[in-house]
Amino acid sequence: MKVLCGIGGSDDSLRALERTVDRAAVAGDELTVAVVENPDSDAAVEEVTRRAEEAIRDAGIDAEIRRVEGDPGSQLVDIAEREGFDEIVLGGGQTSPMGKITIGPIAEFVLLNSMTSVTLVR
Amino acid sequence: MNDRRYPEAAADRFEPPPIAFTDREGREVEIRAYDGSEGTDEALVSMYTAFDPSDRAQGIPPGGEKRVREWLEAILTDDCLNVVAWCGDEVAGHATLVPDGDAYELAIFVHQTYQEAGVGTRLISGLLGHGQAEGVEKVWLTVERWNRAAVSLYEKIGFETSNAESFELEMALRLNESEDEE
Repeated sequence: MKVLCGIGGSDDSLRALERTVDRAAVAGDELTVAVVENPDSDAAVEEVTRRAEEAIRDAGIDAEIRRVEGDPGSQLVDIAEREGFDEIVLGGGQTSPMGKITIGPIAEFVLLNSMTSVTLVR
Repeated sequence: MNDRRYPEAAADRFEPPPIAFTDREGREVEIRAYDGSEGTDEALVSMYTAFDPSDRAQGIPPGGEKRVREWLEAILTDDCLNVVAWCGDEVAGHATLVPDGDAYELAIFVHQTYQEAGVGTRLISGLLGHGQAEGVEKVWLTVERWNRAAVSLYEKIGFETSNAESFELEMALRLNESEDEE
């Protein structure tokens, strides 16, 4: 399967990265990791890119890492559709102090606008 | 990130628990502050494991006894404020304030058997009375926007919408005047 994993550095996106990389190692997915600029995340793009490289190396797979500039949600949807991806994978949301799951604006945009199937990793 | 807007004026005074009343179905219900006893913890676990999953909101209460216990352990700590609605030895509902920086996040759950009987209104008033007495200044919550019953309840209590841009509506209330602000 041709998989596009979008990460911006939030905890849930890094969890999504790990799971996607692990799955790709087993299933032989053709994986592209898109590093986006998430305004809600403190992590710098360089740091997030380094995390992605590390995860890919540790899993012993071949995957492309791509920096995506501009509005993250619409860029991910656009790339997935233009390049014929089968699936977009994103972090499944943060939890509030109470334990409530909240979905961030990037995932929300992708869910509502993408014609490509979307997986939110919990 | 945490630049939530709160109403400028503090809310009215809420009566702190214990609050005893007869619900609209004629049941004797009492709202009491959480006492930390094992009996109370077990009664809460019973209510939540019997909770209708269709009334879940944003993943809570979680499903299954193990997850319910883990979740309760995290919100029944000393720094959280909890009140319980009792009908005899049975928990009819539970409401909690969980610290989040200089504010508290609120959640309230009423078991299906006790819904639409006036328990929720008393329970949330009791929780806010408890919070006011303990000096809590700011309270916020999220609610799924289609949940009209809950949104009207929060509005009636004095909550104002602080963010309407995402899936969930975010609402906020000022319980006590801040000491650091004019």
